Amino acid sequence: MTHSTALIHYTLHLADDGLILGHRNSEWTGHGPILEQDIALSNIALDLIGQARNFYQYAAELINIGGLSGPSNISNPAMGPGLSDGPRSPVTEDQLAYLRDGWDFKNCLLVEQGNGDWAKTILRQFLFSAYQTTLYEKLAQSRDKTLAAIAAKSYKEGVYHLRWSSEWVIRLGDGTEESHTRMNNALDELWKFTGELHTAATYELETAAKAISPDLSTLQPLWKEKVKEVFDEAGITYPPSVWMQTGGKEGRHTEHLGYVLAEMQFLQRAYPGCEW
Amino acid sequence: MRVNIHHMSVQDLEKIFQDKIDADIRIEPKDWMPDAYRKTLIRQMSQHAHSEIVGMLPEANWITRAPTLRRKATLIAKVQDEAGHGLYLYAATETLGAGREELLEQLHTGKAKYSSIFNYPTLTWADMGAIGWLVDGAAIMNQVPLCRASYGPYARAMVRICKEESFHQRQGFEILLTLSKGSAGQRRMCQDAIDRWWWPSVMMFGPNDDASPHTAQSMQWKIKRFSNDELRQRFVDICAEQVKILGMTIPDPDLKWNEQRQHYDFGAIDWDEFWNVVKGNGPCNKERLAARVRAHEEGAWVREAATAHAEKRELKKDRA
Ligand SMILES: [Fe+2]
Ligand SMILES: [Fe+2]
Ligand SMILES: [Fe+2]
Repeated sequence: MTHSTALIHYTLHLADDGLILGHRNSEWTGHGPILEQDIALSNIALDLIGQARNFYQYAAELINIGGLSGPSNISNPAMGPGLSDGPRSPVTEDQLAYLRDGWDFKNCLLVEQGNGDWAKTILRQFLFSAYQTTLYEKLAQSRDKTLAAIAAKSYKEGVYHLRWSSEWVIRLGDGTEESHTRMNNALDELWKFTGELHTAATYELETAAKAISPDLSTLQPLWKEKVKEVFDEAGITYPPSVWMQTGGKEGRHTEHLGYVLAEMQFLQRAYPGCEW
Repeated sequence: MRVNIHHMSVQDLEKIFQDKIDADIRIEPKDWMPDAYRKTLIRQMSQHAHSEIVGMLPEANWITRAPTLRRKATLIAKVQDEAGHGLYLYAATETLGAGREELLEQLHTGKAKYSSIFNYPTLTWADMGAIGWLVDGAAIMNQVPLCRASYGPYARAMVRICKEESFHQRQGFEILLTLSKGSAGQRRMCQDAIDRWWWPSVMMFGPNDDASPHTAQSMQWKIKRFSNDELRQRFVDICAEQVKILGMTIPDPDLKWNEQRQHYDFGAIDWDEFWNVVKGNGPCNKERLAARVRAHEEGAWVREAATAHAEKRELKKDRA
Protein backbone atom coordinates (compact mmCIF):
# COMPACT_ATOMS: atom_id res chain seq x y z
CA MET A 1 0.00 0.00 0.00
CA THR A 2 1.32 3.42 -0.84
CA HIS A 3 0.49 6.15 1.59
CA SER A 4 -1.25 9.25 0.50
CA THR A 5 0.59 12.46 -0.13
CA ALA A 6 -1.77 14.11 2.34
CA LEU A 7 -0.60 11.90 5.20
CA ILE A 8 3.04 12.65 4.42
CA HIS A 9 2.34 16.37 4.19
CA TYR A 10 0.39 16.31 7.41
CA THR A 11 3.15 14.44 9.25
CA LEU A 12 5.72 16.92 7.97
CA HIS A 13 3.49 19.77 9.10
CA LEU A 14 3.44 18.38 12.65
CA ALA A 15 7.20 17.85 12.55
CA ASP A 16 7.94 21.33 11.22
CA ASP A 17 5.84 23.00 13.93
CA GLY A 18 7.86 21.22 16.60
CA LEU A 19 11.25 21.80 15.05
CA ILE A 20 10.82 25.50 14.31
CA LEU A 21 9.34 26.36 17.70
CA GLY A 22 11.94 24.22 19.45
CA HIS A 23 14.67 25.95 17.48
CA ARG A 24 13.30 29.37 18.39
CA ASN A 25 13.06 28.50 22.07
CA SER A 26 16.60 27.16 22.06
CA GLU A 27 17.84 30.59 20.98
CA TRP A 28 17.18 31.55 24.62
CA THR A 29 19.46 28.85 26.04
CA GLY A 30 22.16 30.61 28.04
CA HIS A 31 20.37 33.96 27.86
CA GLY A 32 17.24 33.50 29.97
CA PRO A 33 16.09 36.08 32.52
CA ILE A 34 16.27 33.61 35.43
CA LEU A 35 18.48 30.53 35.56
CA GLU A 36 15.59 28.22 36.47
CA GLN A 37 13.53 29.55 33.55
CA ASP A 38 16.44 29.22 31.15
CA ILE A 39 16.41 25.54 32.07
CA ALA A 40 12.61 25.28 31.75
CA LEU A 41 12.49 26.83 28.28
CA SER A 42 15.43 24.73 27.09
CA ASN A 43 13.51 21.72 28.31
CA ILE A 44 10.48 22.70 26.24
CA ALA A 45 12.79 23.16 23.26
CA LEU A 46 14.08 19.63 23.81
CA ASP A 47 10.57 18.19 24.05
CA LEU A 48 9.48 19.91 20.85
CA ILE A 49 12.55 18.81 18.92
CA GLY A 50 12.05 15.29 20.25
CA GLN A 51 8.46 15.30 19.00
CA ALA A 52 9.61 16.67 15.65
CA ARG A 53 12.11 13.84 15.32
CA ASN A 54 9.39 11.25 15.86
CA PHE A 55 7.25 12.83 13.17
CA TYR A 56 10.16 13.26 10.74
CA GLN A 57 11.17 9.64 11.21
CA TYR A 58 7.65 8.57 10.45
CA ALA A 59 7.44 10.85 7.42
CA ALA A 60 10.73 9.42 6.16
CA GLU A 61 9.37 5.91 6.62
CA LEU A 62 6.24 6.79 4.64
CA ILE A 63 8.29 8.35 1.86
CA ASN A 64 10.63 5.38 1.73
CA ILE A 65 7.79 2.84 1.64
CA GLY A 66 6.30 4.83 -1.20
CA GLY A 67 9.45 4.00 -3.14
CA LEU A 68 9.63 5.03 -6.78
CA SER A 69 5.87 5.04 -7.08
CA GLY A 70 5.72 7.47 -4.23
CA PRO A 71 4.66 11.06 -4.66
CA SER A 72 7.48 12.68 -6.58
CA ASN A 73 6.50 16.14 -5.45
CA ILE A 74 7.52 15.12 -1.96
CA SER A 75 10.44 12.86 -2.42
CA ASN A 76 12.34 15.13 -4.75
CA PRO A 77 12.39 18.35 -2.79
CA ALA A 78 12.59 16.36 0.40
CA MET A 79 15.80 14.74 -0.68
CA GLY A 80 17.38 17.93 -1.80
CA PRO A 81 19.34 18.85 -4.89
CA GLY A 82 21.66 16.18 -6.19
CA LEU A 83 20.04 13.47 -4.14
CA SER A 84 16.94 13.08 -6.21
CA ASP A 85 18.72 11.75 -9.30
CA GLY A 86 20.34 8.40 -9.73
CA PRO A 87 20.00 5.49 -7.33
CA ARG A 88 17.87 6.54 -4.39
CA SER A 89 19.07 6.11 -0.87
CA PRO A 90 16.43 6.17 1.85
CA VAL A 91 15.25 9.55 3.09
CA THR A 92 16.23 10.35 6.69
CA GLU A 93 14.87 12.64 9.39
CA ASP A 94 17.87 14.91 8.89
CA GLN A 95 17.33 15.27 5.17
CA LEU A 96 13.78 16.34 5.83
CA ALA A 97 14.89 18.92 8.39
CA TYR A 98 18.07 20.15 6.76
CA LEU A 99 17.62 19.83 3.00
CA ARG A 100 14.17 21.19 2.29
CA ASP A 101 13.76 24.85 1.40
CA GLY A 102 11.26 27.23 2.95
CA TRP A 103 8.43 26.50 0.55
CA ASP A 104 8.44 22.86 1.60
CA PHE A 105 8.20 23.73 5.29
CA LYS A 106 4.66 23.44 6.57
CA ASN A 107 4.87 24.98 10.02
CA CYS A 108 2.38 27.61 11.17
CA LEU A 109 3.50 31.20 10.86
CA LEU A 110 3.16 31.64 14.62
CA VAL A 111 6.07 29.38 15.51
CA GLU A 112 8.60 31.03 13.19
CA GLN A 113 8.07 34.55 14.60
CA GLY A 114 11.13 36.03 16.31
CA ASN A 115 11.61 35.61 20.05
CA GLY A 116 11.31 39.31 20.90
CA ASP A 117 11.26 39.78 24.65
CA TRP A 118 10.31 37.20 27.29
CA ALA A 119 6.65 38.27 27.01
CA LYS A 120 6.51 37.49 23.29
CA THR A 121 8.27 34.15 23.69
CA ILE A 122 5.94 33.19 26.54
CA LEU A 123 2.82 34.23 24.67
CA ARG A 124 3.91 32.42 21.49
CA GLN A 125 4.43 29.24 23.52
CA PHE A 126 1.13 29.65 25.33
CA LEU A 127 -0.96 30.24 22.19
CA PHE A 128 0.72 27.29 20.52
CA SER A 129 0.52 24.92 23.48
CA ALA A 130 -3.16 25.69 23.96
CA TYR A 131 -3.64 24.58 20.35
CA GLN A 132 -1.22 21.67 20.46
CA THR A 133 -2.69 20.03 23.55
CA THR A 134 -6.23 20.06 22.15
CA LEU A 135 -4.86 18.72 18.88
CA TYR A 136 -2.79 15.93 20.43
CA GLU A 137 -5.64 14.88 22.68
CA LYS A 138 -7.75 14.20 19.60
CA LEU A 139 -4.89 12.99 17.44
CA ALA A 140 -4.21 10.28 20.01
CA GLN A 141 -7.41 8.71 18.63
CA SER A 142 -6.21 8.88 15.03
CA ARG A 143 -6.87 5.97 12.69
CA ASP A 144 -3.17 6.19 11.90
CA LYS A 145 -1.65 4.17 14.74
CA THR A 146 1.80 5.76 14.54
CA LEU A 147 0.49 9.31 14.67
CA ALA A 148 -1.82 8.30 17.50
CA ALA A 149 1.07 6.89 19.50
CA ILE A 150 3.33 9.91 18.99
CA ALA A 151 0.45 12.25 19.87
CA ALA A 152 -0.39 10.35 23.05
CA LYS A 153 3.19 10.52 24.24
CA SER A 154 3.61 14.16 23.24
CA TYR A 155 0.34 15.18 24.84
CA LYS A 156 1.80 14.78 28.33
CA GLU A 157 4.69 17.06 27.44
CA GLY A 158 2.29 19.55 25.90
CA VAL A 159 0.22 19.69 29.08
CA TYR A 160 3.33 20.67 31.00
CA HIS A 161 4.24 23.32 28.39
CA LEU A 162 0.73 24.71 28.61
CA ARG A 163 0.78 24.86 32.40
CA TRP A 164 4.21 26.51 32.47
CA SER A 165 3.36 29.10 29.82
CA SER A 166 -0.11 29.78 31.33
CA GLU A 167 1.51 30.56 34.67
CA TRP A 168 3.87 32.97 32.99
CA VAL A 169 1.12 34.68 30.99
CA ILE A 170 -0.72 35.23 34.27
CA ARG A 171 2.42 36.38 36.08
CA LEU A 172 3.29 38.90 33.38
CA GLY A 173 -0.24 40.06 32.71
CA ASP A 174 -0.84 40.63 36.41
CA GLY A 175 2.68 41.54 37.60
CA THR A 176 3.73 45.13 36.96
CA GLU A 177 2.59 47.88 34.64
CA GLU A 178 5.59 47.22 32.46
CA SER A 179 5.02 43.48 32.21
CA HIS A 180 1.34 44.06 31.47
CA THR A 181 2.21 46.48 28.67
CA ARG A 182 4.74 44.07 27.25
CA MET A 183 2.15 41.29 27.22
CA ASN A 184 -0.27 43.49 25.33
CA ASN A 185 2.43 44.45 22.83
CA ALA A 186 3.21 40.78 22.30
CA LEU A 187 -0.46 40.03 21.81
CA ASP A 188 -0.65 42.81 19.26
CA GLU A 189 2.20 41.26 17.30
CA LEU A 190 1.15 37.63 17.50
CA TRP A 191 -2.62 37.59 17.43
CA LYS A 192 -2.86 37.79 13.65
CA PHE A 193 -1.04 34.46 13.40
CA THR A 194 -3.50 32.53 15.57
CA GLY A 195 -6.20 32.14 12.92
CA GLU A 196 -4.02 29.79 10.93
CA LEU A 197 -3.90 27.29 13.78
CA HIS A 198 -7.49 26.33 13.07
CA THR A 199 -7.61 26.92 9.32
CA ALA A 200 -7.20 23.60 7.55
CA ALA A 201 -4.60 23.26 4.82
CA THR A 202 -5.63 21.19 1.80
CA TYR A 203 -3.84 18.11 3.13
CA GLU A 204 -5.57 18.54 6.50
CA LEU A 205 -8.98 18.43 4.83
CA GLU A 206 -7.99 15.10 3.35
CA THR A 207 -6.53 13.63 6.53
CA ALA A 208 -9.55 14.82 8.49
CA ALA A 209 -11.88 13.16 5.99
CA LYS A 210 -10.03 9.88 6.56
CA ALA A 211 -10.20 10.29 10.39
CA ILE A 212 -6.42 10.55 10.50
CA SER A 213 -6.55 14.04 11.96
CA PRO A 214 -9.27 15.88 13.89
CA ASP A 215 -11.51 18.47 12.28
CA LEU A 216 -9.75 21.71 13.19
CA SER A 217 -12.98 23.67 13.40
CA THR A 218 -14.02 21.50 16.37
CA LEU A 219 -10.78 22.40 18.17
CA GLN A 220 -11.19 26.14 17.83
CA PRO A 221 -13.83 26.63 20.56
CA LEU A 222 -11.76 24.54 22.99
CA TRP A 223 -8.73 26.66 22.25
CA LYS A 224 -10.66 29.88 22.69
CA GLU A 225 -12.05 28.73 26.01
CA LYS A 226 -8.59 27.83 27.31
CA VAL A 227 -7.02 31.09 26.12
CA LYS A 228 -9.87 33.19 27.50
CA GLU A 229 -9.63 31.52 30.88
CA VAL A 230 -5.93 32.31 31.22
CA PHE A 231 -6.30 35.82 29.78
CA ASP A 232 -9.05 36.55 32.30
CA GLU A 233 -6.81 35.56 35.16
CA ALA A 234 -3.95 37.57 33.66
CA GLY A 235 -6.13 40.67 33.23
CA ILE A 236 -5.65 40.63 29.48
CA THR A 237 -8.53 41.39 27.13
CA TYR A 238 -9.31 38.68 24.59
CA PRO A 239 -8.81 40.52 21.28
CA PRO A 240 -11.65 41.13 18.82
CA SER A 241 -11.46 39.29 15.49
CA VAL A 242 -8.88 40.69 13.12
CA TRP A 243 -7.74 39.83 9.61
CA MET A 244 -5.65 36.70 10.04
CA GLN A 245 -2.41 35.82 8.26
CA THR A 246 -2.23 32.33 6.78
CA GLY A 247 -0.09 30.35 4.37
CA GLY A 248 2.63 28.78 6.48
CA LYS A 249 1.06 25.37 6.43
CA GLU A 250 1.03 25.55 2.62
CA GLY A 251 4.63 26.73 2.40
CA ARG A 252 4.08 30.49 2.13
CA HIS A 253 5.98 31.91 5.08
CA THR A 254 6.94 35.21 6.68
CA GLU A 255 10.42 36.55 6.05
CA HIS A 256 11.63 35.01 9.32
CA LEU A 257 11.73 31.39 8.22
CA GLY A 258 14.42 31.93 5.59
CA TYR A 259 16.86 33.12 8.24
CA VAL A 260 15.99 30.30 10.60
CA LEU A 261 16.73 27.79 7.84
CA ALA A 262 19.88 29.54 6.64
CA GLU A 263 21.31 29.23 10.12
CA MET A 264 19.97 25.80 10.93
CA GLN A 265 20.91 24.17 7.62
CA PHE A 266 24.31 25.82 7.18
CA LEU A 267 26.54 22.82 7.93
CA GLN A 268 24.51 20.32 5.93
CA ARG A 269 24.54 22.70 2.99
CA ALA A 270 28.22 23.67 3.23
CA TYR A 271 29.44 20.08 3.69
CA PRO A 272 26.93 17.98 1.77
CA GLY A 273 26.67 14.24 2.22
CA CYS A 274 28.61 14.00 5.48
CA GLU A 275 28.02 12.04 8.66
CA TRP A 276 27.95 14.18 11.78
CA MET B 1 28.12 14.52 74.59
CA ARG B 2 27.19 17.93 73.33
CA VAL B 3 29.97 20.49 73.28
CA ASN B 4 29.01 24.03 74.09
CA ILE B 5 31.06 26.03 71.63
CA HIS B 6 30.40 29.30 73.43
CA HIS B 7 32.80 28.27 76.18
CA MET B 8 35.61 27.38 73.83
CA SER B 9 38.54 29.40 72.63
CA VAL B 10 39.13 29.95 68.92
CA GLN B 11 42.21 27.74 69.15
CA ASP B 12 40.09 24.89 70.54
CA LEU B 13 37.52 25.35 67.82
CA GLU B 14 40.20 25.41 65.18
CA LYS B 15 41.67 22.22 66.56
CA ILE B 16 38.33 20.42 66.55
CA PHE B 17 37.76 21.67 63.01
CA GLN B 18 41.13 20.49 61.72
CA ASP B 19 40.79 17.16 63.57
CA LYS B 20 37.50 16.55 61.80
CA ILE B 21 39.08 17.33 58.47
CA ASP B 22 42.04 15.10 59.18
CA ALA B 23 39.64 12.31 60.09
CA ASP B 24 37.74 12.91 56.81
CA ILE B 25 34.60 13.98 58.65
CA ARG B 26 32.57 16.38 56.54
CA ILE B 27 32.06 19.97 57.62
CA GLU B 28 28.38 20.91 57.40
CA PRO B 29 26.79 24.38 57.14
CA LYS B 30 25.95 24.66 60.85
CA ASP B 31 29.40 23.57 62.03
CA TRP B 32 31.91 26.10 63.24
CA MET B 33 34.54 26.89 60.61
CA PRO B 34 37.38 29.40 60.37
CA ASP B 35 36.52 32.58 58.54
CA ALA B 36 39.28 32.04 56.02
CA TYR B 37 37.91 28.56 55.22
CA ARG B 38 34.46 30.03 54.61
CA LYS B 39 35.85 32.82 52.45
CA THR B 40 38.04 30.49 50.43
CA LEU B 41 35.10 28.18 49.81
CA ILE B 42 32.79 31.00 48.78
CA ARG B 43 35.42 32.25 46.36
CA GLN B 44 36.14 28.82 44.90
CA MET B 45 32.52 27.62 44.72
CA SER B 46 31.08 30.82 43.30
CA GLN B 47 33.89 30.97 40.77
CA HIS B 48 32.94 27.45 39.76
CA ALA B 49 29.23 28.36 39.59
CA HIS B 50 30.01 31.38 37.41
CA SER B 51 32.14 29.18 35.16
CA GLU B 52 29.21 26.86 34.57
CA ILE B 53 26.95 29.76 33.64
CA VAL B 54 29.41 31.64 31.46
CA GLY B 55 30.44 28.26 30.05
CA MET B 56 26.96 27.89 28.57
CA LEU B 57 27.66 30.69 26.09
CA PRO B 58 30.37 29.28 23.82
CA GLU B 59 28.37 26.10 23.27
CA ALA B 60 24.97 27.77 23.08
CA ASN B 61 26.59 29.60 20.15
CA TRP B 62 26.23 26.41 18.06
CA ILE B 63 22.80 25.16 19.13
CA THR B 64 21.03 26.82 16.23
CA ARG B 65 23.63 25.50 13.78
CA ALA B 66 24.02 21.92 15.05
CA PRO B 67 24.28 19.68 11.99
CA THR B 68 21.69 17.00 12.83
CA LEU B 69 18.57 16.76 14.95
CA ARG B 70 20.27 14.35 17.32
CA ARG B 71 23.26 16.65 17.76
CA LYS B 72 20.97 19.62 18.25
CA ALA B 73 19.08 17.85 21.02
CA THR B 74 22.19 16.60 22.80
CA LEU B 75 23.81 20.02 22.62
CA ILE B 76 20.76 21.72 24.14
CA ALA B 77 20.72 19.06 26.85
CA LYS B 78 24.40 19.59 27.52
CA VAL B 79 24.14 23.35 27.86
CA GLN B 80 21.10 22.82 30.05
CA ASP B 81 23.15 20.48 32.25
CA GLU B 82 25.70 23.26 32.73
CA ALA B 83 22.89 25.56 33.87
CA GLY B 84 21.91 22.87 36.35
CA HIS B 85 25.50 22.68 37.61
CA GLY B 86 25.43 26.42 38.15
CA LEU B 87 22.22 26.05 40.14
CA TYR B 88 23.58 23.29 42.41
CA LEU B 89 26.70 25.30 43.06
CA TYR B 90 24.90 28.58 43.78
CA ALA B 91 22.66 26.65 46.16
CA ALA B 92 25.67 25.05 47.86
CA THR B 93 27.35 28.45 48.17
CA GLU B 94 24.20 29.87 49.74
CA THR B 95 24.69 27.46 52.66
CA LEU B 96 27.79 29.52 53.47
CA GLY B 97 25.72 32.69 53.66
CA ALA B 98 26.42 34.09 50.20
CA GLY B 99 23.21 34.74 48.24
CA ARG B 100 22.86 34.29 44.49
CA GLU B 101 22.05 37.96 43.83
CA GLU B 102 25.19 39.04 45.62
CA LEU B 103 27.32 36.50 43.76
CA LEU B 104 25.88 37.48 40.39
CA GLU B 105 26.59 41.09 41.19
CA GLN B 106 30.24 40.15 41.75
CA LEU B 107 30.33 38.34 38.41
CA HIS B 108 28.71 41.19 36.52
CA THR B 109 30.99 43.85 37.97
CA GLY B 110 34.06 41.77 37.18
CA LYS B 111 34.92 41.33 40.86
CA ALA B 112 34.49 37.56 40.69
CA LYS B 113 36.35 35.44 38.18
CA TYR B 114 35.24 32.50 36.09
CA SER B 115 37.28 29.94 34.20
CA SER B 116 39.29 31.69 31.48
CA ILE B 117 38.71 28.87 29.03
CA PHE B 118 35.30 30.31 28.21
CA ASN B 119 36.90 33.47 26.89
CA TYR B 120 37.94 31.59 23.76
CA PRO B 121 35.64 31.61 20.72
CA THR B 122 33.77 28.64 19.22
CA LEU B 123 34.48 28.96 15.51
CA THR B 124 33.38 25.65 14.04
CA TRP B 125 31.16 22.71 14.88
CA ALA B 126 34.28 20.72 15.85
CA ASP B 127 34.67 23.07 18.81
CA MET B 128 31.65 21.33 20.36
CA GLY B 129 33.69 18.14 20.25
CA ALA B 130 36.92 19.70 21.45
CA ILE B 131 35.20 21.45 24.35
CA GLY B 132 33.58 18.22 25.47
CA TRP B 133 36.75 16.18 25.16
CA LEU B 134 39.31 18.68 26.45
CA VAL B 135 37.46 21.29 28.50
CA ASP B 136 34.97 18.98 30.20
CA GLY B 137 37.84 16.48 30.41
CA ALA B 138 40.08 18.93 32.26
CA ALA B 139 37.14 19.97 34.44
CA ILE B 140 36.58 16.34 35.47
CA MET B 141 40.25 15.95 36.31
CA ASN B 142 39.98 19.00 38.56
CA GLN B 143 36.61 18.09 40.01
CA VAL B 144 36.62 14.39 40.74
CA PRO B 145 38.87 14.97 43.78
CA LEU B 146 36.37 17.61 44.94
CA CYS B 147 33.74 14.90 45.40
CA ARG B 148 35.75 14.22 48.58
CA ALA B 149 36.07 17.91 49.49
CA SER B 150 35.77 18.57 53.22
CA TYR B 151 32.71 20.80 52.90
CA GLY B 152 29.62 18.57 52.68
CA PRO B 153 27.32 20.56 50.38
CA TYR B 154 30.19 21.20 47.96
CA ALA B 155 31.23 17.56 47.87
CA ARG B 156 27.67 16.39 47.29
CA ALA B 157 27.11 18.91 44.48
CA MET B 158 30.33 17.73 42.86
CA VAL B 159 29.22 14.09 42.86
CA ARG B 160 26.17 14.95 40.75
CA ILE B 161 28.14 17.31 38.54
CA CYS B 162 31.00 14.91 37.84
CA LYS B 163 28.62 12.21 36.62
CA GLU B 164 27.25 14.56 34.00
CA GLU B 165 30.64 16.00 33.09
CA SER B 166 32.00 12.58 32.23
CA PHE B 167 28.99 12.04 30.01
CA HIS B 168 29.78 15.37 28.29
CA GLN B 169 33.34 14.31 27.82
CA ARG B 170 32.41 11.07 26.09
CA GLN B 171 29.92 12.91 23.91
CA GLY B 172 32.56 15.45 22.89
CA PHE B 173 35.05 12.78 22.03
CA GLU B 174 32.42 11.02 19.96
CA ILE B 175 31.78 14.22 17.98
CA LEU B 176 35.49 14.42 17.18
CA LEU B 177 35.67 10.72 16.39
CA THR B 178 32.86 11.11 13.86
CA LEU B 179 34.60 14.08 12.28
CA SER B 180 37.93 12.24 12.22
CA LYS B 181 36.36 9.50 10.11
CA GLY B 182 34.62 11.98 7.82
CA SER B 183 35.49 14.06 4.77
CA ALA B 184 38.70 16.05 4.33
CA GLY B 185 36.82 19.16 5.38
CA GLN B 186 35.62 17.49 8.56
CA ARG B 187 39.08 16.19 9.45
CA ARG B 188 40.49 19.66 8.96
CA MET B 189 37.80 21.01 11.28
CA CYS B 190 38.70 18.37 13.85
CA GLN B 191 42.44 19.09 13.87
CA ASP B 192 41.88 22.84 13.87
CA ALA B 193 39.69 22.62 16.96
CA ILE B 194 42.25 20.50 18.81
CA ASP B 195 44.95 22.98 17.81
CA ARG B 196 43.00 25.90 19.23
CA TRP B 197 41.69 24.25 22.42
CA TRP B 198 44.74 22.28 23.52
CA TRP B 199 46.83 24.93 25.24
CA PRO B 200 43.94 26.81 26.85
CA SER B 201 42.79 23.44 28.25
CA VAL B 202 46.24 22.66 29.65
CA MET B 203 46.13 26.09 31.28
CA MET B 204 42.84 25.24 33.00
CA PHE B 205 44.79 23.60 35.82
CA GLY B 206 46.10 26.98 36.83
CA PRO B 207 49.61 28.27 37.50
CA ASN B 208 52.53 25.96 38.20
CA ASP B 209 52.74 24.73 41.78
CA ASP B 210 55.56 27.09 42.72
CA ALA B 211 53.41 30.04 41.60
CA SER B 212 50.16 28.90 43.18
CA PRO B 213 49.79 30.62 46.55
CA HIS B 214 46.56 29.01 47.77
CA THR B 215 47.50 25.40 47.21
CA ALA B 216 49.12 24.47 50.55
CA GLN B 217 46.34 25.88 52.73
CA SER B 218 43.63 24.41 50.48
CA MET B 219 45.30 21.01 50.68
CA GLN B 220 45.37 21.19 54.47
CA TRP B 221 41.65 22.02 54.42
CA LYS B 222 41.00 19.23 51.92
CA ILE B 223 39.24 21.50 49.46
CA LYS B 224 42.04 20.60 47.11
CA ARG B 225 43.60 17.14 47.02
CA PHE B 226 46.18 17.29 44.25
CA SER B 227 48.40 20.09 43.03
CA ASN B 228 47.85 21.89 39.74
CA ASP B 229 50.86 20.26 38.14
CA GLU B 230 49.90 16.76 39.26
CA LEU B 231 46.46 17.11 37.71
CA ARG B 232 47.86 18.70 34.57
CA GLN B 233 50.29 15.81 34.09
CA ARG B 234 47.47 13.30 34.47
CA PHE B 235 45.43 15.19 31.86
CA VAL B 236 48.28 15.34 29.36
CA ASP B 237 49.03 11.63 29.81
CA ILE B 238 45.45 10.65 29.07
CA CYS B 239 44.93 13.00 26.13
CA ALA B 240 48.22 12.05 24.51
CA GLU B 241 46.90 8.50 24.23
CA GLN B 242 43.33 9.38 23.28
CA VAL B 243 44.36 11.64 20.41
CA LYS B 244 45.85 8.59 18.70
CA ILE B 245 42.38 7.07 18.43
CA LEU B 246 41.34 10.19 16.52
CA GLY B 247 44.36 9.98 14.25
CA MET B 248 44.98 13.64 15.04
CA THR B 249 47.92 15.38 16.69
CA ILE B 250 48.39 17.54 19.75
CA PRO B 251 49.99 20.88 18.85
CA ASP B 252 53.08 20.44 21.00
CA PRO B 253 56.39 19.43 19.37
CA ASP B 254 57.82 18.62 22.80
CA LEU B 255 55.14 16.12 23.71
CA LYS B 256 57.05 12.86 24.19
CA TRP B 257 56.76 9.76 26.37
CA ASN B 258 59.40 9.76 29.09
CA GLU B 259 60.21 6.15 29.95
CA GLN B 260 62.01 7.14 33.13
CA ARG B 261 59.23 9.31 34.56
CA GLN B 262 56.51 7.07 33.13
CA HIS B 263 54.79 10.25 32.01
CA TYR B 264 54.59 12.40 28.93
CA ASP B 265 56.92 15.37 28.82
CA PHE B 266 55.34 18.44 27.34
CA GLY B 267 56.29 21.92 26.18
CA ALA B 268 56.34 25.18 28.08
CA ILE B 269 53.04 26.89 28.74
CA ASP B 270 52.61 30.46 27.55
CA TRP B 271 51.86 32.05 30.91
CA ASP B 272 51.80 35.49 29.30
CA GLU B 273 48.72 34.47 27.39
CA PHE B 274 47.22 32.86 30.49
CA TRP B 275 47.56 35.95 32.66
CA ASN B 276 46.37 38.23 29.88
CA VAL B 277 43.19 36.23 29.42
CA VAL B 278 42.69 36.19 33.21
CA LYS B 279 43.08 39.96 33.27
CA GLY B 280 40.41 40.43 30.63
CA ASN B 281 42.43 40.54 27.41
CA GLY B 282 41.24 37.24 25.96
CA PRO B 283 39.42 37.07 22.62
CA CYS B 284 35.91 36.96 24.14
CA ASN B 285 36.14 38.29 27.72
CA LYS B 286 34.09 41.36 26.89
CA GLU B 287 31.44 39.53 24.88
CA ARG B 288 30.95 36.79 27.48
CA LEU B 289 30.50 39.19 30.35
CA ALA B 290 28.35 41.51 28.27
CA ALA B 291 26.08 38.60 27.34
CA ARG B 292 25.60 37.68 31.00
CA VAL B 293 24.98 41.28 32.03
CA ARG B 294 22.53 41.75 29.17
CA ALA B 295 20.56 38.62 30.10
CA HIS B 296 20.41 39.83 33.69
CA GLU B 297 19.44 43.41 32.90
CA GLU B 298 16.92 42.51 30.23
CA GLY B 299 15.48 40.00 32.67
CA ALA B 300 15.02 42.55 35.43
CA TRP B 301 11.44 43.42 34.48
CA VAL B 302 10.60 39.70 34.31
CA ARG B 303 11.89 39.09 37.83
CA GLU B 304 10.11 42.19 39.09
CA ALA B 305 6.84 41.06 37.52
CA ALA B 306 7.18 37.61 39.07
CA THR B 307 7.78 39.13 42.51
CA ALA B 308 4.91 41.61 42.14
CA HIS B 309 2.53 38.87 41.08
CA ALA B 310 3.56 36.62 43.95
CA GLU B 311 3.00 39.47 46.41
CA LYS B 312 -0.42 40.26 45.00
CA ARG B 313 -1.36 36.62 45.30
CA GLU B 314 -0.24 36.47 48.92
CA LEU B 315 -2.32 39.54 49.65
CA LYS B 316 -5.39 37.96 48.06
CA LYS B 317 -4.87 34.80 50.08
CA ASP B 318 -4.59 36.79 53.30
CA ARG B 319 -7.83 38.62 52.57
CA ALA B 320 -9.67 35.44 51.74
FE1 LIG C 1 32.23 22.30 35.74
FE1 LIG D 1 29.31 21.65 34.12
FE1 LIG E 1 30.03 19.86 31.13
